[in-house]
Amino acid sequence: MKIHEYQGKQLLKKFGVTVPRGIHCTTVEDAVKAAETLGGKVWVVKAQIHAGGRGKGGGVKVATSLEKVREYAGQILGMQLITHQTGPEGQKVRHLLIEEGADIQHEYYVAALTDRATQSVAIMASYEGGMDIEEVAHNTPEKIVKVFVNPLVGLTDEQGLELAKGMGMLESSIPQCIDTLKKLYTCYMETDASLAEINPLIHEGDGTVKAIDAKFNFDSNSLYRQPEIVAMRDLDEEDADEIEASKFDLAYISLDGNIGCLVNGAGLAMATMDTIKLFGAEPANFLDVGGGATTEKVTEAFKIMLKNTKVKGILVNIFGGIMKCDTIAAGVVAAAKEVNLSVPLVVRMKGTNEDMGKQILKDSGLPIISADSMAEAATKIVAAVK
Amino acid sequence: MSILINKNTKIITQGITGKTGQFHTEKCQEYANGKECFVAGVNPKKAGESIFNIPIYASVKEAAAETGATVSVIYVPPPGAAAAIWEAVEADLDLAICITEGIPVRDMLMLRNKMKEKEAKGGKKTLLLGPNCPGLITPDEVKIGIMPGHIHRKGRIGVVSRSGTLTYEAVGQLTEIGLGQSSAVGIGGDPINGLKHIDVMKMFNDDPDTDAVIMIGEIGGPDEAEAAMWCKENMKKPVVGFIAGVTAPAGKRMGHAGALISGGADTADAKLEIMEACGFTVTRNPSEMAKLLKGLL
Repeated sequence: MKIHEYQGKQLLKKFGVTVPRGIHCTTVEDAVKAAETLGGKVWVVKAQIHAGGRGKGGGVKVATSLEKVREYAGQILGMQLITHQTGPEGQKVRHLLIEEGADIQHEYYVAALTDRATQSVAIMASYEGGMDIEEVAHNTPEKIVKVFVNPLVGLTDEQGLELAKGMGMLESSIPQCIDTLKKLYTCYMETDASLAEINPLIHEGDGTVKAIDAKFNFDSNSLYRQPEIVAMRDLDEEDADEIEASKFDLAYISLDGNIGCLVNGAGLAMATMDTIKLFGAEPANFLDVGGGATTEKVTEAFKIMLKNTKVKGILVNIFGGIMKCDTIAAGVVAAAKEVNLSVPLVVRMKGTNEDMGKQILKDSGLPIISADSMAEAATKIVAAVK
Repeated sequence: MSILINKNTKIITQGITGKTGQFHTEKCQEYANGKECFVAGVNPKKAGESIFNIPIYASVKEAAAETGATVSVIYVPPPGAAAAIWEAVEADLDLAICITEGIPVRDMLMLRNKMKEKEAKGGKKTLLLGPNCPGLITPDEVKIGIMPGHIHRKGRIGVVSRSGTLTYEAVGQLTEIGLGQSSAVGIGGDPINGLKHIDVMKMFNDDPDTDAVIMIGEIGGPDEAEAAMWCKENMKKPVVGFIAGVTAPAGKRMGHAGALISGGADTADAKLEIMEACGFTVTRNPSEMAKLLKGLL
């Protein structure tokens, strides 16, 4: 789960990281009032969407008068902000953050994330902040320093110093930098984050170390014990169909192709998508119905897939283990009837009660195409949609 | 005859009285030597009772002491699952198999580091399989976990995979063309887990009754590449490799918490390339895993 920058900064502030003073708002009037309340002569008007690259897309502007704040807020609120992370259609801006200006002397990068290989928390830092860190990692990996934190110990002073020096932090600001890194680490752990990134972290003319941006991602397995984080969820920023699917305990992700697929198990679902591509078409979605698929669940899965108007055919691939093929077959037949299925449907079933399942499909009177292997199923659905 | 478990393995079930635990314990008992293998359950509130003729103990330690069990399978719900694994580790078991899906990553981080600390201090090493895995099976001997027993057949091919249904797919294909399995191991789809591909490949390499291996991976993480590099230098047996997720977009979690492309070196294409360079016979067509393997024997 992701949150907005203004919420990320609230979290950082709660854990003691210095952030600019700022006010979240959703109207132009409130944006001007926010600037008045903050005072000063320079304000930053920042679009709040869950994607990165907002500055380049025209979603971040520096205003030097209240009139400019009004003008920029008016431009940004409601715009379809297109960045390299939003896709070509962009994301509608519904929230703004109005912040006091910062005296940026240099921009650094810091982030915390879970490292699978070492089973620890990796803290990364770089002198090259303010830009796309993936580019830095690709072109000049030596400019990124990393330490691995044993969660039983926490971030040590030595590691903090190694990072602060490695990122080239202004000498006199090193103590505050180490303190900031420790607070970032604590925030990461206590909120069950899976990514906490400050890009840029800056030092100001007086040496103050400040977080100018905040990007968080949270472990979805932990949300049950993080009510404060869940309260920050913004459904407007998420895919409506994915939300709908999650209500029925279905893992659904929409893709660009035209063949819908319904599979049990995440690995098999990916393998099915890959097979469709291998045989010359593209999958329209990832959809894992999980272990205990009922008729209701399968029906919902069909409805969600068919909402996507690009879908020209459906492939169902079930390996019946605990989940029996006859149960799934009955679900598929009921679902096809309920949604008045009008696109070709190929069903491949293996495992427990396979023959009973196939018989149910056959007896249904529906034009369901049956297949024995994934490859055969993909060949048949690709042929059917052409 | 197998790796990790066989017909003489004595097993404790943690979470035996829950719905999932009950359902699968019954299926495991029905399979091959299951009645003799599943010797204890754990539930502090129901100690002294029994379920399916399996006595329930208050703790893993007590269950192990009373029955001589060395392996535990865990169905405890996510909030308590990491603590349940730790209980098995503290009881000095050989192997803990955690089926539970949805354990907080931080809990697994803490647990794995506690396990390493215990080993570093000279404590007994307990292997962990999972979490979020189907378990493992040695056909015709014992099944520990949620896989359908009947698709398996005793034989000499090892199978290791992160995904449950994809393991079944490989097993089903093997059985269909007349090749049995020595053991089939599901290591699970979580980012922080116990046994990895490399650990299981080492075991198959050392097992005199395994002739060849199907290794199945997914997008995300360095594990498959690490295993492939090890195999390049050490593996004496042919390996067929498949990676799911060629069509998966970056930045989207594909069902499994671990199936998320993060860097660029962990895409399906990158992994397939490394595996091929390390001597695996790789395929992009998951329907031909068994057929390819048969050609290597």
